[in-house]
Amino acid sequence: MASPKYTIPGTAQPFAPVSAADASPIFDATAGVVNGVRTVNQVLAQSQAGAVMDELERDLIGLAPIKMRIRDIAALLVIDKLRTDLGLAAAAPSLHMSFTGNPGTGKTTVALRMAEILHRLGYVRKGHLVAVTRDDLVGQYIGHTAPKTKEVVKKAMGGVLFIDEAYYLYRPENERDYGQEAIEILLQVMENQRDDLVVILAGYKDRMDTFFRSNPGMSSRIAHHLDFPDYPQSDLLRIAERMLQQQNYQFGPGAREAFEQYIGYRIGQEHFANARSVRNALDRARLRQASRLFADRDREYTAEDLTTIAEPDIRASRVFQIAAAHKPE
Amino acid sequence: MITNPAGRITQGQFSFLPDLTDAEIALQVEYGLNKGYAWSVEYTDDPHPRNTYWEMFGMPMFDLRDAAGVMLELQNCRRTFPRHYIRLMAFDSTRGVESIAMSFMVNRPQHEPGFGLVRQESRGRSIRYTIHSYATDAPEGERDGD
Repeated sequence: MASPKYTIPGTAQPFAPVSAADASPIFDATAGVVNGVRTVNQVLAQSQAGAVMDELERDLIGLAPIKMRIRDIAALLVIDKLRTDLGLAAAAPSLHMSFTGNPGTGKTTVALRMAEILHRLGYVRKGHLVAVTRDDLVGQYIGHTAPKTKEVVKKAMGGVLFIDEAYYLYRPENERDYGQEAIEILLQVMENQRDDLVVILAGYKDRMDTFFRSNPGMSSRIAHHLDFPDYPQSDLLRIAERMLQQQNYQFGPGAREAFEQYIGYRIGQEHFANARSVRNALDRARLRQASRLFADRDREYTAEDLTTIAEPDIRASRVFQIAAAHKPE
Repeated sequence: MITNPAGRITQGQFSFLPDLTDAEIALQVEYGLNKGYAWSVEYTDDPHPRNTYWEMFGMPMFDLRDAAGVMLELQNCRRTFPRHYIRLMAFDSTRGVESIAMSFMVNRPQHEPGFGLVRQESRGRSIRYTIHSYATDAPEGERDGD
């Protein structure tokens, strides 16, 4: 095709989809360094990588290995930019990830943040997150799966495709299951459209391991296997305080200690789901606080009354009774 | 409109310009997506100007955020129908508008044979004129364009 004799406004350079490239100098191999970006600080000043890292540190409690990995990814972007300025070509890194961990360890929360982080770091163009499960990918009859999966993939382009409980895609007990077809399409997209979208698979550790064992192609296309550790007790307490703060509540005198004790008991009991259990416990405490205030109909409440979770609100929990019943005599 | 110096069909936007490159197409698609349009891919091998309804290549793509999805579908269509006319259409679903807001050709046959003038004698020795596309002389699916 002959090169056009006109220019479209906004296309000084050949279509460069990466949004971070907007801020970066137009690279010219013959000219060498264009505007002399040579140090990490200069690049940080241009991009938002530094702000992203600070924000992550502030907003997410615990999760040290996850933060470490995100910091690595951000660092790679900065170094890549320095390399490009010196004419050293680098292929875009593969950013597909798998999040494994126990319930309530923050897999979904981090995935939501990850879309925004990758966008601000300039790895994805739009930075939206499309969260799907097996139902959204796998069809109900022959020939239904491929269009369905492709539609989801197209919607996720320019952002992050988050597949929750990904192991359900593969059902070894049924060899005619359509999940395999969805997996094959995903594999193809993960390989060929690496610049267009980032796929994040999430699920519980043991079942994801089984899933990857039976789909080695999937495992090898995922560059980052992130394992979310269980939160220690101290982190759970900080999470609780953060949650209360976000909802305009606070612990009353003694309530914080009571909740600390609550977490200690709750960890040992069954169906413990880390931060999710904490959130549920706080929700129930709010209910108890509400009925406590409701009982006193003629009293005028101050803002402090309405925002304070008192010690009895937490002590009333069944967890304490169960713990007391099981206490060795 | 039908005859022009380049001997090419001119329908829709940009059809008097040289063919858009993929990068330019992606920019147009991006523009439409920012306006909230839903893109779809259509193809035909009958270039008659009154042939308004082309075949749909897959469903219209709603809820897309990035041009890459549309471009992927366009490449699929080009692979399947390399010698057909292919166009992209943007549907504006705004209440009260609900119609095609953009439409342009993104693929055309190597050789476009053009149109002939057909004269039909009718009552009272009057003549009716119509145009006939040479491309449609061959049956559908066998119109190779060369």
